[in-house]
Amino acid sequence: MNNKTYHRKKIVTIFFGSMAIILFLAVRLGYLMVFESDYYSEKADQLHERERSIKAARGRILDANGTVIADNRTVCTISVIHNQIRDPDRVVEVLSKELELSQEYVRKRVEKYSSIERIRSNVGKEKGDAIRSYNLEGVKVDEDYKRYYPYDDLASKVLGFTGGDNQGIIGLEVKYEEYLRGQEGLILTVTDARGVEIDAAGEKRVESVPGHDLYTSLDMNIQSYATQLARQVMETKEAERVSILVMNPQNGEIMAMVDVPEFDLNNPYTLPEGIDAESLTQEQTQEQLNRMWRNGCINDTYEPGSTFKIITAAAGLEEGVVTPQDRFSCPGFIMVEDRRIRCHKTAGHGAQNFIEATMNSCNPVFITVGLRLGVENYYRYFTQFGLKDRTGIDLPGEAGTIMHKMEDMKAVELATVSFGQSFQITPIQLATTVSSIINGGNRITPHLAVMTADREGTEMKRFSYPVTEHIVSEETSATMRMILEQVVESGSGKNGYVEGARVGGKTATSQTLPRGSGRYIASFLGFAPADDPQVLALAIVHTPQGNYYGSQVAAPVVRQLFENILPYLEKMDYN
Amino acid sequence: MAGKERYGNNQRRRQTRRQETFFDYTLLFVVLFLLAFGLVMLYSASSYDASLNYRGDSAYFLRKQALSTVLGLVVMIVVANIPYHFWERFAFLGCAVSIVLIILVLTPLGYESHGARRWLMILGFSIQPAEIAKVAVILFLASLICKMGRKTRSWKGFAMVLALPGVISLLVWQITENMSSAIIIFGIAVLMLYVSSPDYKRFVLLGIAGIAVCALAVFVIVKINETQSTSALGVRGARILAWLDPEAYASGKGFQTLQSLYAIGSGGILGKGLGQSKQKLGFMPEAQNDMIFSIICEELGLFGAVSILLMFLLLIWRFMVIANNASDLFGALLVVGVMGHIAIQVILNVAVVTNTIPNTGISLPFISYGGSSVMFLLAEIGLVLSVGRGIHLKDL
Repeated sequence: MNNKTYHRKKIVTIFFGSMAIILFLAVRLGYLMVFESDYYSEKADQLHERERSIKAARGRILDANGTVIADNRTVCTISVIHNQIRDPDRVVEVLSKELELSQEYVRKRVEKYSSIERIRSNVGKEKGDAIRSYNLEGVKVDEDYKRYYPYDDLASKVLGFTGGDNQGIIGLEVKYEEYLRGQEGLILTVTDARGVEIDAAGEKRVESVPGHDLYTSLDMNIQSYATQLARQVMETKEAERVSILVMNPQNGEIMAMVDVPEFDLNNPYTLPEGIDAESLTQEQTQEQLNRMWRNGCINDTYEPGSTFKIITAAAGLEEGVVTPQDRFSCPGFIMVEDRRIRCHKTAGHGAQNFIEATMNSCNPVFITVGLRLGVENYYRYFTQFGLKDRTGIDLPGEAGTIMHKMEDMKAVELATVSFGQSFQITPIQLATTVSSIINGGNRITPHLAVMTADREGTEMKRFSYPVTEHIVSEETSATMRMILEQVVESGSGKNGYVEGARVGGKTATSQTLPRGSGRYIASFLGFAPADDPQVLALAIVHTPQGNYYGSQVAAPVVRQLFENILPYLEKMDYN
Repeated sequence: MAGKERYGNNQRRRQTRRQETFFDYTLLFVVLFLLAFGLVMLYSASSYDASLNYRGDSAYFLRKQALSTVLGLVVMIVVANIPYHFWERFAFLGCAVSIVLIILVLTPLGYESHGARRWLMILGFSIQPAEIAKVAVILFLASLICKMGRKTRSWKGFAMVLALPGVISLLVWQITENMSSAIIIFGIAVLMLYVSSPDYKRFVLLGIAGIAVCALAVFVIVKINETQSTSALGVRGARILAWLDPEAYASGKGFQTLQSLYAIGSGGILGKGLGQSKQKLGFMPEAQNDMIFSIICEELGLFGAVSILLMFLLLIWRFMVIANNASDLFGALLVVGVMGHIAIQVILNVAVVTNTIPNTGISLPFISYGGSSVMFLLAEIGLVLSVGRGIHLKDL
């Protein structure tokens, strides 16, 4: 035999060599399929599974009476899946009939070779159900939630609205996004490489978690009445805009926040009439929209004018540089260094005590008080009252105070600040500071949100807001309430007087910058009852035509408001 | 091992007392099992692709493969019944013909598929010349080594034996851009030479040199990649980088490897069950072809995959037994050639699928889709069976 021993040996080595390598590969397989299995399985699942999200219902927003002011509506999106359509003609016929679309439009989409083609979104639920009841193969009806605001434009700048993904854009909607949003759910379906779902594989579902409802201190009754008044005065006085703030001075809860013109929350991208939207560039349109959405109560600052005398008076009384009985004489002007600052009454108020000076809103007297305090003390009170910081209101975009630096502040600057000029604060800052002075000296944080709750109303989280106590003493606070009641009873604020109620307040008329433009801001700040304030209202009328005095333009607005809401609030208290 | 073997054959001799010659039923059974199993897995792996691309005809690939398998079985039976020395006279002719066929791929007779020009269309049949070359080289070397006798032991003889297979490998590699077939052809030649020579040292040196060259190449490519852009490396360089870190090249050269690892890994110990593969749903390129082993892993798990490896090992063991008992050196070398062919191809295929070596297109014998491949493999099995029949039982 030619077959020698070494041949056999070598053939045996080939076999054992192969066996060794195959064994090694088997071990490698074992490693991949036992130890690495979890890793690769997960990767493979990620590849095979398609995620479709299930939208979560956004939490509602409710007012103080439990009225829903931001709600959800179920809307449907109708799509077709080319591969699953059995009877294209019938699909075209039904969809064009039900959705009121042209046959050509629908046919083009039905015949398009794509994985999924959207026919129409934002279709009402009834329509969606109707289409679903046809049981057409290849037609998909997906439900979705869309934000709906039953009060259209009421409190539009406070509530805000949501965008395409139901995310908050401005106002409370964005501020409380994390509570309102909820958690999206998932549908995991196994697909082949083209993305076609494999029916046999079934699907995994992770249900969505709806967002929490937000309970606010807004009272839509007050909001709606305040809005009505603001519209009225804007129309009669041909004003540019009117802001009205109504809050509880004891705890900072905001009952109403109006800034007309408001906008329709259900159509937040529709510019007001009179603006030719088509002639605008995209940038200009956005600018116009931002302007429309701007909340003047918190996003813009203004020179408060005479209403700020409340702060000067409180600081003077607290520091003891003035008492209510201190006597002053007003010749119609005051010299501060080399500057002659005039009183609004050029003939002068003559002899008066501090209460009368406040009733007269006499500039020289308040300049005197300011000068007696001195820059450092005035600045200390300004800071102590919280005027340097933002109020911390739970709305986005609050503007800060624009104030002189202490080292730049000389006698002239101090004099002008004393009667509310040469610096700027937001309306909410003024209302909050005055609230804090008249409520016994507790600096409160203005706010809207009270708590979040689930759909059944079970409380989930109650919000608490910081309070700084003793920014002024209880006595100073009481004195201020007394003086301000006098202002309304028989002083410059008598147009704010409400029959049968004790109202305190202060008017202001300030010229807007630049001076001499003839543009004024008329405002009135009132609160009631004067001895134990439960409600504080601030009305600001921007650029009224004709008579522009705060006492003539703004005080009557607050009076009418109080006439209506004081009995209402009393009734609420009994409940 | 050999002793045990004799015992086993003694038993068989008792059963087949009347028969004068030996027939290896074990080998035949293993081959038939692999073919049947291969068709089942081929249908599982290809039905999705087929129903998509061949108008819902999910059995498209299965039918074509079944036809080739039947033809192959006929060829096998015919070859098994012809004394193998009959083929010796075609040894040189076979090589010459395969060289011509390889070159013909460049003419309009050749055609392209899957991005490579490897096939010839003759009378409506598509043939891969590389598959013919494998059989031709086995036949040629068996005959040449027998004729050269002791002369193969010198360096000169060594070179002479490897010369023609080397040329054919080079042609296969360069003309049909089929490096894996080139490696297989050259590997078969080296193994046959190894068996014919009593020397070990030379082959060990050759092996070490080969490994060193590969390691150096990998090292150089990694170094170049660190300093220059990947594009400077070309296809094979990129394949090696993708081998080292398939996830970093997930969208390019590492894609198929990664898909294969997903399939294997997600199979686990017992697999997802026959027909339950997800990777075959269009994710895995060549699921019914070079990558069919990963689908087996996914559907049948580690258990199924190791079983198949054991079946191949059983096959190789039968080759060894037949080679060792062949009545002459020519027969033994023929079997060694076939043994080398199947062993190399199985090992390389599983190694590629498990990302043990860089990706190169190698099909799994008897199981992957491919008509030429299964027909020529069965012809080779026929040769082995014919050698087996030459064993005179009284010699055992």
